[in-house]
Amino acid sequence: MKKIMLGNEAVARGLYEAGCRLVSSYPGTPSTEITEYAAKYDEIYAEWAPNEKVALETAIGASVAGGRSACCMKHVGLNVAADPLFIGSYVGVGGGMLIIVADDPGMHSSQNEQDSRHYAEASKLPMLEPSNSKECIEFVKAGFELSEKFDTPVIIRLCTRISHSQGIVELSERAEHELVDYVKDPTKRVMTPANAKPRHIIVEQRLNNLSEFADNCDLNTIEMNGNKPDIGIITSGTSYNYAREVFGDSASYLKLGMVFPLPENKIKDFVSNCSRIIVIEELDDYIESFCKKIGIIVDGKNLLPKTDEFSQDLLREKLLGIKSESVSVDDKIPGRPPVLCPGCPHRGVFYVFKKLKLYVSGDIGCYTLGAAPPLSSIDTTFCMGASVSSIHGFNKIRPELTGKSVAVIGDSTFMHSGITGLVNLVYNKGQSTLVILDNRITAMTGHQENPSTGRTLKDESTYAVMPEDVALAVGVKKEHIRTVDPLDIAEFEKVLKEELASGEPSVIVCRRPCALLKGVERLPAYHVDADKCKSCRACMTIGCPCISMTDGKAKIDETLCTGCGLCIKLCRFGAINGGNK
Amino acid sequence: MMNETKNIMIVGVGGQGSLLASRIIGNAVLLKGYDVKVSEVHGMSQRGGSVVTYVRYGEKVWSPVICRGEADIIISFELLEAARWLPYLKKGGVIVVNTQKINPMPVITGALEYPDQLVEKIKAKGIKIVAADTLKLAKEAGNERTSNVALIGLMGRYLGFDVETLKESVKISVPAKFLEVNLKAFELGYNYEK
Repeated sequence: MKKIMLGNEAVARGLYEAGCRLVSSYPGTPSTEITEYAAKYDEIYAEWAPNEKVALETAIGASVAGGRSACCMKHVGLNVAADPLFIGSYVGVGGGMLIIVADDPGMHSSQNEQDSRHYAEASKLPMLEPSNSKECIEFVKAGFELSEKFDTPVIIRLCTRISHSQGIVELSERAEHELVDYVKDPTKRVMTPANAKPRHIIVEQRLNNLSEFADNCDLNTIEMNGNKPDIGIITSGTSYNYAREVFGDSASYLKLGMVFPLPENKIKDFVSNCSRIIVIEELDDYIESFCKKIGIIVDGKNLLPKTDEFSQDLLREKLLGIKSESVSVDDKIPGRPPVLCPGCPHRGVFYVFKKLKLYVSGDIGCYTLGAAPPLSSIDTTFCMGASVSSIHGFNKIRPELTGKSVAVIGDSTFMHSGITGLVNLVYNKGQSTLVILDNRITAMTGHQENPSTGRTLKDESTYAVMPEDVALAVGVKKEHIRTVDPLDIAEFEKVLKEELASGEPSVIVCRRPCALLKGVERLPAYHVDADKCKSCRACMTIGCPCISMTDGKAKIDETLCTGCGLCIKLCRFGAINGGNK
Repeated sequence: MMNETKNIMIVGVGGQGSLLASRIIGNAVLLKGYDVKVSEVHGMSQRGGSVVTYVRYGEKVWSPVICRGEADIIISFELLEAARWLPYLKKGGVIVVNTQKINPMPVITGALEYPDQLVEKIKAKGIKIVAADTLKLAKEAGNERTSNVALIGLMGRYLGFDVETLKESVKISVPAKFLEVNLKAFELGYNYEK
């Protein structure tokens, strides 16, 4: 049956058809939907783990038990999972295992651009890279075969334009896969130095075998055009699509479906038939460096950038010197950056931070938008969990700022890697204040459950791990664990001031569900009484997309207003009315 | 079967429902037997940011994205977004726009102004622009959430597909209980005379 399918959905379909039994992941754009779609199949047990390291270790456990398993993540998630990644390489598999990682060239929704291909080389694991939805299904199946044949986890590399593009796919039935027998074998699975030494030798032998496979497998395809081809293009994944679009049949192609290990002989064979070689790859000069290492002269990053994503337009301009023609209006078009949604419970928290002029150690999630004008209150955003751990270091160096600084993290990010930072803070006698924005969901990636929501990915009820309980368990004193409603900004400000002055490590949980969450009641909208409005712009300081100045007076867009009531608390003239007031 | 790939862009503000619009066009194209690729944006940009979806179809489609000067049709859910993405329009292409205005944050904070007379200014550049208040059409159909389907209807005449294929696609793309109101919104858009 033919169907149009998102790349991520096709990956999930591949997992289903290949008889995969377990998927454990942490959400992260652009990888999230793989696990969500996988969860829709009754035959696959799928779960959200608190972080990628836990997820990958869960998948390794399932593989040891003999079932086919997978673990999905975004590129920065692989950094978190790097420890089990490297050791998984030594241990090999029982049932086939895939590590599926989605890079984000162009940073559509990420804090950095990172080329995951280096992880394949560093961990000595084979890596496949599909170029469309159809290949997503095929390569997942091929990956499991490869995994079991060579006793190795296999990495599937995606990127935003593969994960989030739909294309036509061909569906097949699920092929059930028998459990592989479990036989106790400490020499293979207990990685003490004595056991790991011989395993390293096996890994190197495996790599040689995989290189031979790469030279002969049909994942790497050569397409020769013309008798005496001029330009030969070596490429993979989404770059292949752009190259094919621009050069059509005027060039020949070596399309690499397996990007580690690279097929040395096949590359040499291809190159010998072309007079000029161009390597087209997004981000780093990974294929290019390999070519140079084996003595092949190529064009690549001398012509193409190492930053941002590619397109047919970019290749036309950089490789053929053709610039696109376009028209535009003469006006300056105001940008439209993402903003906190109307009714977002985070908004008031950042308003208070700004008002108190605090140093704010931020984290990863929707609330990163608290850095944008007019709230402009965040000082740092690094990586998952870093708000808690880095404020500890900051305040050790500048203890006088302990009462003027705060760390802010979401519920899911706290569960991901904020907890260990809090343990460190308490253990090492820190006095910092942590604000946990508990909106009862993992919001940024599109509403995924997490350990504190009380529901699983399979939509079952479960124990809710509450941040207050965690704080108490790791040693924050009960009187310094406070819970407030973030829409009550006066109360939040009071509690925050008390904890900042306490000289003790403290946790303030701001609990209110995400305004977009199903079941959250939308209250009647507010409106501005133009006669009472003094144009003071106080209501404009919270960056609510519903409020604008029209003809010199504040105006509320009643179709967008959720009736959260934050703005009425800022108006000193009683000009805002309606809602539940 | 045509040789050249056709390019349609759907632009708007995060949360306006462009994913349904791309599904309707994608399914129509599939019914016609073409190869197709649709590229979407998820994550951060969906939080009220400027969002774009690309639909490309033809005998064989390679790239999932559309670049400057390549779009045959731009469908815009919001007026400013039509102006923002105008450079992506091909010479001789057409812009179909809902005249709704949503202020972006730089306008809200007063840093910049929302440009006026945008439909006229785009027209003055010699570009074919079809503008309508599709929110009004949606209300007329009986549900303001069908504004995006009314806009697809408005675009329908410029796609070069027969109306039956488009209606069939609306049928497969929307939930059965909202089919009637969506079909009505589609027809109001398709038959709109300015």
